[in-house]
Amino acid sequence: MGLLSKKDSKLILDPLSDNNPITIQVLGICSALAITAELEASVVMSIAVLFVMGAGNVVISLIRNIVPSRIRIIVQLIIIATLVIIVDLVLKAYAYELSKTLSVFVGLIITNCIIMGRFEAFALGNGLWRSFLDGIGNALGYSLILIIVGFFRELLGSGTLWGYPVLGDAIDKTGLYAFGYENNGFMLLSPMALIVVGIIIWIQRSKSTHLIED
Amino acid sequence: MGINTDKNSYTILFAIGMVIIVGTLLAAIDSSLKEKIKTNKILEKQQNILYAIGVDDNEGNNVSFISTDQAPIEFDKYVVNQIYIQGGKVIEDEEAYLIEVKKEKTLAKNPNYDRRLPLFIAEKDQKKYYVAPIRGKGLWNSIWGYVAMDENMVIQGAYFDHQAETPGLGANINQRFFMDDFIGENLLDSNGNFRGITVSKKDLDPRNEIKDDNRVDAIAGATITGDGVSAMIKSDLRLYVPYFKKLKQN
Repeated sequence: MGLLSKKDSKLILDPLSDNNPITIQVLGICSALAITAELEASVVMSIAVLFVMGAGNVVISLIRNIVPSRIRIIVQLIIIATLVIIVDLVLKAYAYELSKTLSVFVGLIITNCIIMGRFEAFALGNGLWRSFLDGIGNALGYSLILIIVGFFRELLGSGTLWGYPVLGDAIDKTGLYAFGYENNGFMLLSPMALIVVGIIIWIQRSKSTHLIED
Repeated sequence: MGINTDKNSYTILFAIGMVIIVGTLLAAIDSSLKEKIKTNKILEKQQNILYAIGVDDNEGNNVSFISTDQAPIEFDKYVVNQIYIQGGKVIEDEEAYLIEVKKEKTLAKNPNYDRRLPLFIAEKDQKKYYVAPIRGKGLWNSIWGYVAMDENMVIQGAYFDHQAETPGLGANINQRFFMDDFIGENLLDSNGNFRGITVSKKDLDPRNEIKDDNRVDAIAGATITGDGVSAMIKSDLRLYVPYFKKLKQN
């Protein structure tokens, strides 16, 4: 990447692999389990988190020198909630349809521990540009896992991808269903999301053995 | 930076300052956008009611309302009469669709209050539709809808929506594969008694071809939202039964 120094591009690339927020830092698990029953919901959530993480990290980084350390968590929470509410209000006034699609994600974003986690671990101690990159990088890492989990849950649970029946029609018994294949309803429930995340962690650690702790 | 950010006085001043700034900012934005949001909500109501009687821009399997510019025009064209029922009396009100079911439900907790039940009578292709708003609880927050019926309380169309049901699961109550199942379902049983519609996991009729069983197929993984839909249909549409009985006698 010509635009970024080596140190900076690490901020974007690390969260995609060896420092993934979900599989390594174990942040943002709750939303990863809750909303990944469909690919579309996973993608919408990913985009929303990308915006909030980028903007949130920049704001926190801007005020990092004047925030009293004893109330910093409350300050972070207020800033994130304010940002999300402002975006929500503006969307409600000017893009009502979009705001309805996103409304269910608002609560999930405010309480997403990835956002607080990155504020605390990175933006409070780093400059503007680096905090922005860290926010984007972690949001992308989060998105990657969300989309993988969403892909498998929708495919195996409903036999569809982005709403399209890719395996045939389950009721008319066409496509794969003609051979006796059945959708696995368990995949639609949150515990199976945890198992999918577990499998991803397993594959990741068996490939990058330096991640395994004693 | 020369400020000692650990001092008590600084911490308190910072907290006060932040509350004032954030509070003012949010209040200013909220009050400047209030009117616009209100208009959007009214238009959405009109779109929802029109959707229930089959006036929409649906393409394929996607739910799509008619545009917001068209909604007020079409609304005036199709909705011929708006009424509300209060204590057994039928009262005409041109703006009955602005009655908020949520507020009426809260007021109705007082036993001296007779709840207003809005009903919108629409005519499309020489057919009469009776659209009633309903409201209930899902898993996380409110769910609501508009049900269009004919004079025999057979559902002609339905629109459901929600505040914050789980995306991909309960949130799918506003998708066509779920809502379309209600069309043709009878709210009464074969003896003419009110039974409502149950969102059932044991329907064994996923294509929903049996229309007189008072049941539709549930969404896998969305049990509580589905139960909420059954409950709001039963509790809210039951209140309209006397009106429909009178309608048949006349």
